[in-house]
Formats: sequence, structure tokens, C-alpha cells
Amino acid sequence: MKNDIDIDITIPSHTRHLRMVGTIGEKVAEELDCPEELRESLSCQLAVVLTEGLVNAIKHANRADPDKEIHIRINVSDKNLLVRIYDNGVGFDLDSVPAPSFNSQTLEDKGRGVFILKSLMDTVKYKRSNGGNVLEMRKKLA
Amino acid sequence: MDIKTEQSDGITVLFIKEDRLDANNSEELKAKLRHLFDSGTKDLIIDLKEILFIDSSGLGVLVSGYKNASTSHGTLKLSNLQSQVKSMFELTRLHRVFDIFTSVDDALQSYS
Repeated sequence: MKNDIDIDITIPSHTRHLRMVGTIGEKVAEELDCPEELRESLSCQLAVVLTEGLVNAIKHANRADPDKEIHIRINVSDKNLLVRIYDNGVGFDLDSVPAPSFNSQTLEDKGRGVFILKSLMDTVKYKRSNGGNVLEMRKKLA
Repeated sequence: MDIKTEQSDGITVLFIKEDRLDANNSEELKAKLRHLFDSGTKDLIIDLKEILFIDSSGLGVLVSGYKNASTSHGTLKLSNLQSQVKSMFELTRLHRVFDIFTSVDDALQSYS
């Protein structure tokens, strides 16, 4: 298999780690054996997806409690990109997050994170896992 | 957050001297914008030339500033969006909301 990368990262629930995890995502995509255009776009998308997923886990699931950990697993194969972000907090209902307004008269400051995840990935699921929760995001690469 | 502020013919220009605007630092910009509008600033340009990465929190702070400007009967315009930032504006359709310019000079000229 040309591309088979599996990375595990565990961080405390704090936004100061966003840069590090986003950069790891970019570097993973840059290693992929695929056309340059796809590699560049994946690098950018993976950094965004990791950041948005982590912020959800930190702020909404773990309620920014730095004593709680977040576990991130990035798996890339020739055919799929799979990102899983595990939290051990109270969780949130992914489907209850409304789509953001696109009307300049009714703009909200917040609520674009989940929309961005759903736009960039093929499937986004949030479910219970081992006493915590997992945000599972997949994208077909071929 | 490192922000340089300049005045030009009554227009305030903020140069964000950071490479990221994300959930880790966007609250600082939000506080700065709130302070500016509370203290009477009407017209504001935010230059994003050095921002290479923005997330939904960063976008949210700019939207918050845009709404503050509108409430104060002022304006908030943006300049120098780099490629990832431009993509995020397009993905969230915010490029249709903001007045976006390729340079600070172009943004300043739009007021004349």
C-alpha cells in the first residue's frame, strides 16, 4: 500500500495545542503519495478539520477542563482519510447544531464549526465510545 | 495577540501580526474590536496579510466585529486574505458579507 499512516496523539483539553495538532495534520497530508494539487488541498483541509474537531471536544464536550484529555487518531490509506477525536466529557448533540445563516442581516458569531466539518468531510458522526465520545470523520480519497 | 494600529484620514487600520486566528487567540481580537467600537471607532479595516490559518472561531470574531460596526453605523472591511483564509470565507459564504480588498490601500480608497 502506497499510503498507510496511522498517528495517535493525546493532548490536554486546551486550545494552545491547536497549532501543534493542525501542523501534524498538514505534515501527514504532505507525506501522501498523490497528485500535488490533492496533497495541498488535503493538507489545508486536514488542519481545519483537526482544529474544528478539537475545539468542539475542548469547549463543548470537555467544557475546557484541562484535566481531561483528548485523544486524536489520524488514519490515512490509499482510499480513505479517517480522523477520530475522542473526548471523555459530557458530549453534545451534533445534529442539534443548526446550519449557520448566510443572510448578512441574521448572521450569528458562532455555529460554523460543525458546518465546516460536514462540508469538508464525506461523513461526520459523533457517538458514545468507551465511556466517552468520539467524533468520527471520513473522507474518500479514491 | 500582536496587533499594530494605524490611523489614516479617520479610518482605523488594524494589522494582525499573527500567523493564525483561531480559538486560542480570537477572543483577544474580539475584546480589541469591542473596545474600539465602544470608544467611538466608526470605520475599521482589518488587514489579514500575515494570517495563514483561520478557523470558525476566528471567522466568528470577524462577524462579531462586522455586527458591532453595523450597530454603530460604521464599517468593517478586510484586506489581504491569504489562500486558506479566502477558502474559509468562501466555504462559509462570508465573502458575500464582507467588503474584501486585495490591499490596505484599496480598502482605504473605497472610503474616498
